[in-house]
Amino acid sequence: MSEPPQPPPVGPPEAPIAIAAGDGRGEPATPTGAEPGRARSLWSDAWHDLRRNPVFVISALLICFLVLISIWPSLIATESPLRCQLSRSLEGASAGHWFGFDTQGCDVYTRTVYGARASIAVGVCATLGVALVGTVIGGLAGFFGGFWDALLSRVTDMFFGIPLILGAIVFLSMIKLSGIWPVVLVIAALSWPQIARIARGAVITAKQNDYVQAARALGASHARILLRHILPNAIAPVIVMATIMLGTFIALEATLSYLGVGLRPPTVSWGVDISAASTGMQFRNAPHILLYPAAALSLTVLAFIMLGDAVRDALDPKLR
Amino acid sequence: MADLGKSAGDREPILEVRNLVKHFPLTQGILFKKQIGAVKAVDDISFSLYRGETLGIVGESGCGKSTVAKLLMNLETPTSGEIFYKGEDISKLSGRALKAVRRNIQMVFQDPYTSLNPRMTVGDIIGEPFEIHPDVAPKGDRRRKVQELLEVVGLNPEYINRYAHQFSGGQRQRIGIARGLALNPEIIVCDEPVSALDVSVQAQVINLMDKLQKEFELSYLFIAHDLSIVRHISDRVGVMYLGKMAEIGSDTEIYDHPTHPYTQALLSAVPQADPEGRESRERIILTGDVPSPANPPSGCRFRTRCWKAQDRCAEEVPLLAVPERFRDSGGGAAHDSACHFAEEKDVVGAS
Repeated sequence: MSEPPQPPPVGPPEAPIAIAAGDGRGEPATPTGAEPGRARSLWSDAWHDLRRNPVFVISALLICFLVLISIWPSLIATESPLRCQLSRSLEGASAGHWFGFDTQGCDVYTRTVYGARASIAVGVCATLGVALVGTVIGGLAGFFGGFWDALLSRVTDMFFGIPLILGAIVFLSMIKLSGIWPVVLVIAALSWPQIARIARGAVITAKQNDYVQAARALGASHARILLRHILPNAIAPVIVMATIMLGTFIALEATLSYLGVGLRPPTVSWGVDISAASTGMQFRNAPHILLYPAAALSLTVLAFIMLGDAVRDALDPKLR
Repeated sequence: MADLGKSAGDREPILEVRNLVKHFPLTQGILFKKQIGAVKAVDDISFSLYRGETLGIVGESGCGKSTVAKLLMNLETPTSGEIFYKGEDISKLSGRALKAVRRNIQMVFQDPYTSLNPRMTVGDIIGEPFEIHPDVAPKGDRRRKVQELLEVVGLNPEYINRYAHQFSGGQRQRIGIARGLALNPEIIVCDEPVSALDVSVQAQVINLMDKLQKEFELSYLFIAHDLSIVRHISDRVGVMYLGKMAEIGSDTEIYDHPTHPYTQALLSAVPQADPEGRESRERIILTGDVPSPANPPSGCRFRTRCWKAQDRCAEEVPLLAVPERFRDSGGGAAHDSACHFAEEKDVVGAS
């Protein structure tokens, strides 16, 4: 560009529809309700909405708390979850032990607090894995279309066909490894097709926009188009779905642990505790050992699902 | 081709399109796709674009105008035919060579609401061409260049950090034009650049484009369906019907001496402000719909709606050439027209 002429700094205000070329300042600038000069993207608009949404605030605070205690459980629980005294088996609530004791004589409060770590870790890791695999596979299928779309979509369908619980039981009872990683891997391997389908649809929608054509016309590479133009515009539904799935993964981990194929003692997890509490006649004699881990689990799942709902509402322009 | 360049003198064309064809296949079946036909969106089109001129392409919806734009931008691959940019066929280029050519041919899109990425600031949108072609502007210089471009298109350079949704339609289209100008191209393909804008804003954008053309010696391929805007900005005009070029010539030749019946019908449909002239002029009202481009009529594409159609029109495809009877007349009617029975008819002036 060689020496462009400098138009006058301010357009003539008395001629708002001046036909003179270069007089764009006559047109009204339309900052959408924000103070002029401050940029507001879809995300900042969504954040603006979310801060005023009580459902979001409550669920976000709850999740922050859960994450905090899963990292530093000793913040609110001073004892060790594995220091149990059989003599206090099934004892009720008492001072210093508000939730009472379980069959093994372990403090239920301490175990419930420590159980958050396994549940949150499984939920977060499985969700990250699912989001990554699903977005990459669905995104590539949607972006390249044709043969790759057909191939990747059929692979997705094949994984979709495996029943989640049954598949997880079969795989986990075969691999007989302890710890959270087998559970994370099995959940991720069986759940990514949902994200892949959503990502594929979102990418196909974003791909058809003119700004993608404009980028192609400028000579942008596939990677640039995917990462700068398509991904930022297609990621919102994936994030919403992933948040909701995180809650269901925590429930799934508890289910698998209850069935005896997920986490196993001595790992402390809500599922393990629920499983231990529901054997025999203990529920009738000591309902507290089932109630507290189950309540913590339900609350956590609920928090993530509510958060996902709130984020979806905030990101959906049709609901504004 | 010599007669095409008549109005543009004996200059070399900067862009030459020869026998361009684009058929979109129609397929059936899920697993084994079988081609059962093709939508003939663009069917054997030839034209030239000269340096510094504006070639307007008009025609009704679905006649293949936008497909021509996409083919020129290499956003679609032509079924056959060639597109020469300075003598080099660009329709078969790929990779680095294509990227180099893209610098010189840019596009302004129809809808300013979908042509700007909502997740990017104006600075990022206009600066992206420099990121893709880093040799155009050194890194430290880019922000200043973007602000210069904003000023060139008449926007406040302080808007650089705003998002597209904070602008009005006309301002957005200016941003789109600035993005197109960033690489200092020689040709800008404008696909209905003002049809999504208010009439008052249309005039501003058109005048801006006029100004930029003079300033940067741009050649425009201006696609539109608004005949009066095309007349205002174009040096030459091509009329398309159902994937074919019906008539092409200078703006006075097309508007004052149309010889193709389709052009005459189009022009007679232009609303006229003057009630006196309105009463005295003849309105040509076409009957029927545009035939499907998947199954176009034989011979002349326009014959199904033409009041002059005869048996010959169904058998013989009329060639785009100067009609024989006007060849030596030297008047305005002596321009390319694809009609067996081309004749002059004054539909606009009504004088």
